[in-house]
Amino acid sequence: MRLRQLALSAVVAVAALTSALTTSLAMAQAPVQFFPSLTGRTGAVAPNAAPFANGFADYMKLVNARGGINGVQTLVEECETAYLTDRGVECYERLKGRHGGATVFQPLSTGITFALMPRLAVDRIPMITSGYGRSDTADGSIFPWVFPLLGHYWIGGDVVLQHIANRSGGWDRLRGKTIAVVYHDSPFGRELLPIINRRAEMHGFTVLALPVPPPGVEQRAIWLQIRQQRPDFVILQTWGVMTTTAIRQSVATGFPRDRMFGLWWSGAEPDLRDIGVAARGFSAVMMQHGQARDSEVVRQILAQVHDRGQGTGPRAEVGDVLYMRGVVGAMLAVEGVFRAQERFGRGRHVTGEQARWGYENLNITQARLDQLGFAGVLRGPIVTSCRNHVGTALMRIHTWNGTGFDWSSDWLQADMNVINPMVTASAEAFARDNNITRRTEPGC
Amino acid sequence: MGFFLETIIAGLMNGVLYSLVALGFVLIFKASGVFNFAQGAMVLFAALAMARFAEWLPEWLGFESLLLANVLAFAIAAFLMLIFAWAVERFVLRHLVNQEGVVLLMATLGITFFIDGFGQTIFGSDIYVIDLGLPDEPIFILEGLFPGGLLINQDDLVTALMAMAMVALLTLFFQKSGTGRALRAVADDHQAAQSVGIPLGRMWVIVWFMAGLTALVAGMIWGEKMGVQFALTFVALKALPVIILGGLTSVPGAIVAGLIIGVSEQLAEVYIGPMVGGGIQIWFAYVLAMVVLLFRPQGLFGEKIIDRV
Amino acid sequence: MFYRENGQFKTNYKSDQQIFAVKQDRIAIIALIAFAFIGVPLLADEYLFRAILVPFLILALAAIGVNILVGYCGQISLGSGAFMAVGAYMAYNVFMRVEDMPLIVALLSGGFFAMLAGIIFGIPSLRVKGLYLAVATLAAQFFFDWLFVRVPWFTLDNPAGIAAVSNLSVFGWQIATPMDKYLFVLGFVVVFALLAKNLVRGPIGREWMAIRDMDVAASVIGIRPMYAKLTAFAVSSFIIGVAGALWAFVHLGSWEPLSFDINRSFQLLFIVIIGGLGSIMGCFFGAAFIVITPIVLNQLLPWIGRLFGVEISTAMVGHAEFMILGTLIVWFLIKEPHGLAKYWSMARHKLRLWPFPH
Repeated sequence: MRLRQLALSAVVAVAALTSALTTSLAMAQAPVQFFPSLTGRTGAVAPNAAPFANGFADYMKLVNARGGINGVQTLVEECETAYLTDRGVECYERLKGRHGGATVFQPLSTGITFALMPRLAVDRIPMITSGYGRSDTADGSIFPWVFPLLGHYWIGGDVVLQHIANRSGGWDRLRGKTIAVVYHDSPFGRELLPIINRRAEMHGFTVLALPVPPPGVEQRAIWLQIRQQRPDFVILQTWGVMTTTAIRQSVATGFPRDRMFGLWWSGAEPDLRDIGVAARGFSAVMMQHGQARDSEVVRQILAQVHDRGQGTGPRAEVGDVLYMRGVVGAMLAVEGVFRAQERFGRGRHVTGEQARWGYENLNITQARLDQLGFAGVLRGPIVTSCRNHVGTALMRIHTWNGTGFDWSSDWLQADMNVINPMVTASAEAFARDNNITRRTEPGC
Repeated sequence: MGFFLETIIAGLMNGVLYSLVALGFVLIFKASGVFNFAQGAMVLFAALAMARFAEWLPEWLGFESLLLANVLAFAIAAFLMLIFAWAVERFVLRHLVNQEGVVLLMATLGITFFIDGFGQTIFGSDIYVIDLGLPDEPIFILEGLFPGGLLINQDDLVTALMAMAMVALLTLFFQKSGTGRALRAVADDHQAAQSVGIPLGRMWVIVWFMAGLTALVAGMIWGEKMGVQFALTFVALKALPVIILGGLTSVPGAIVAGLIIGVSEQLAEVYIGPMVGGGIQIWFAYVLAMVVLLFRPQGLFGEKIIDRV
Repeated sequence: MFYRENGQFKTNYKSDQQIFAVKQDRIAIIALIAFAFIGVPLLADEYLFRAILVPFLILALAAIGVNILVGYCGQISLGSGAFMAVGAYMAYNVFMRVEDMPLIVALLSGGFFAMLAGIIFGIPSLRVKGLYLAVATLAAQFFFDWLFVRVPWFTLDNPAGIAAVSNLSVFGWQIATPMDKYLFVLGFVVVFALLAKNLVRGPIGREWMAIRDMDVAASVIGIRPMYAKLTAFAVSSFIIGVAGALWAFVHLGSWEPLSFDINRSFQLLFIVIIGGLGSIMGCFFGAAFIVITPIVLNQLLPWIGRLFGVEISTAMVGHAEFMILGTLIVWFLIKEPHGLAKYWSMARHKLRLWPFPH
């Protein structure tokens, strides 16, 4: 009995030591460009976060099939965070130094984003928060290491309000109306409110802010309140099961779906598929791309990755909204490295710091996007600079028709005259609170 | 006034479902003295089993009927819960006889973790659908009395009826059948029951199976309303203030307390919530239970705890 | 042979009652502390500090607090996460709102406010006990979850609701590198562990244990239950609050209420159960177990899978972690309900007799 206990504890000790040592050992191999992937494959957000990770990994494999980044192969290693902040931090610490150093991190969780932000400057690794995180990180002169490429919540909020205004006949028709915002009671959810409130000031509509404590499976009281207050429109800044519950409750309380709008995290297949026809008419603002099953890049992924048995997730998922989010995230990560290689040496491994330069100096033209297979999916040009870490401000709206999505608006451009002052003010407040000085290099 | 009634009705519907989950807790506690924290995970596991089998059976056996798929899936899920009950008694409970409450509580927490991982391994971590064929759209009644009518959900009504039927069946079982009598004897006094010849181990398997069945029905109903996924375990956590309010050892207590908690929670969220910024639903039930405990430590219907020195 | 008290005569009460009365114990503890302060920084790398040692120490500190309440005083509490949150947010407010507030004072004030919260939410313990009390403490957990999200004052009216600190320093020593953080936290943990150990050896500790074993009998012989229970809540919450403040300031840097949710409470309870109820040393064992197991599993499982030619996905590893943790908890409870500390005390007992078997 004692011998067994001794043996067991010896095995555990050896295992612990081995794992501690292997994480510190450097792997000597041909240079690869390492892209860590922080996944949410378990837990409450799994149905929405898993396709993202699959799309990310598949695109990286496609890049390798095309010959890598000027010959340098990409390497993806996943680390499961279950969307929890401390596990995300642990994953970051474990992966940041592996395989020659992480090129860029894409945490997918606003909580993990906030926790990692102070460490980036110390570790010299950039972070892409495409479509999430803090909206004021668009100002790269205060946030040199964070890139909310393609858009953030203030741009999304502005576009959805524009769409509502267009449907109502103009901004002045919104005067006196009420717009309810059902949001995830967390930094992610709250991030939408500033732009909604700003537009409400400008155009005279009332905002009804309704927070939902995560995970958000009980929303009956909120929707009863909505039934009582009868807002004209409802915007959902939610994620995961909260979105599905919200839409189901809207069915149960009789609020029309065609007056409900989500954002790109609350308007995808996992949220709507199970409700099916009853959710018809629900719209969501998409950060440029939506479902893209007919696109060239999807065709290539199916041919060169899935057909060769290397697909990361189920084949049926390829081309879904969140899968494409992962593909686009991977594309942006790789394009930054291409750009960095133009300056620091083609065909060579790029460090995190060099990649940061790449992300800050992107110039992805429509021609390049078409060449990569994103014709009809993304619209260029995506041009970043020190003061503009977003690169573009185009979005469009799609609507659920019961089984799939149809585009229900043209390309809409967020009004940067409204957003830029907000970004600058918020960034400056952050800089003051944290003793950060604005960068003064030429171009900033 | 109409809106007030709607809130109450919504609360009652919710409350019925809380009662169902709480019933599972009370059954196990009465019969074996174990506070089964794993009830929530059992709800999820049972619901996952039913959802997945309802999906797989038509594929494997090649038939179309939704009703048949659901009935078969229900039966298979119930069978799985029986195996689960047997396994828990055999591998966990038997070895932890006579341990203090905290240890048993922790053991059930360990079981919770295990079922969470196991269920997701076998059945997957996506959101799954239980389709009972219930209509989604609400109906509006009494449109003459209240402007806009009173909002009632048809599927809420049906599920509330299902839950009440389940409770009635359980009560009948306990009062009228031989096994039910034996279970009540075990709940009253373990040693006396053993001395009359009632096999304790088998009774525990039966009781855990009953709790598993209630978990299955609860999981089926919740799963139909919101889809079967991981967050279902949080719903089960809400049953805790119900049992505290009702008393850990009382079946009618669980039912009444469930309704009270359901209604008061909705009323608080709708009327008090906006004054403090909303979202008080997550803690209101607990604080209510805590306040009641200060005045009536054994809950509304529980037995007074007698300590012998 | 080595671990004997022969020849160690005490000549006054003070030396008889001192902590670590046996000389070998004293030497061992001093050696351990010296190794922790000097040896570990020489041997460990940055990842070990950041991801394993610092969380291990802070969780062990929080577990000491929980153990005082659950293990020594017998009051089951599922609200420890909330008290950590109170400690973190109040320390944050004190640190940011008051000019030039020393870091240590801010952390201790976080503990002070957690103590107040603990006393208030410990009042139900005067009326209920056991599982009823556990659910009542859940009220604290969810209430504070909601409070820190809803009331902007706690996060200094930050629009995103996130609290963040940076540039920590103590008497001019900048706490920037992982090693600095480790040493800072280690200082706190050593001081608090010694204080807690002394506290439970003293009269108040004995009162707690009397209440735990048989509260009616304890009140019969003159121990005031209200005083004992509320002081247990107070001391426990103070320690948990300081641990929460450390977790937020030193380990996370920037946090939201979800970092202190009910899963954290369960985690602390697991640490205490696995480590051993009623044992300060056990808290360290339990914390080490809980911190290291997921990481070991994360590395070990794919490796084992590769041995058998099976590709284990990260999702599968996540599920396996749950299953293995659950199984281990049940296994521990069956095999050794007194936790890892019991093995430790068995080892010490054997050491006393060594080289003889009996």
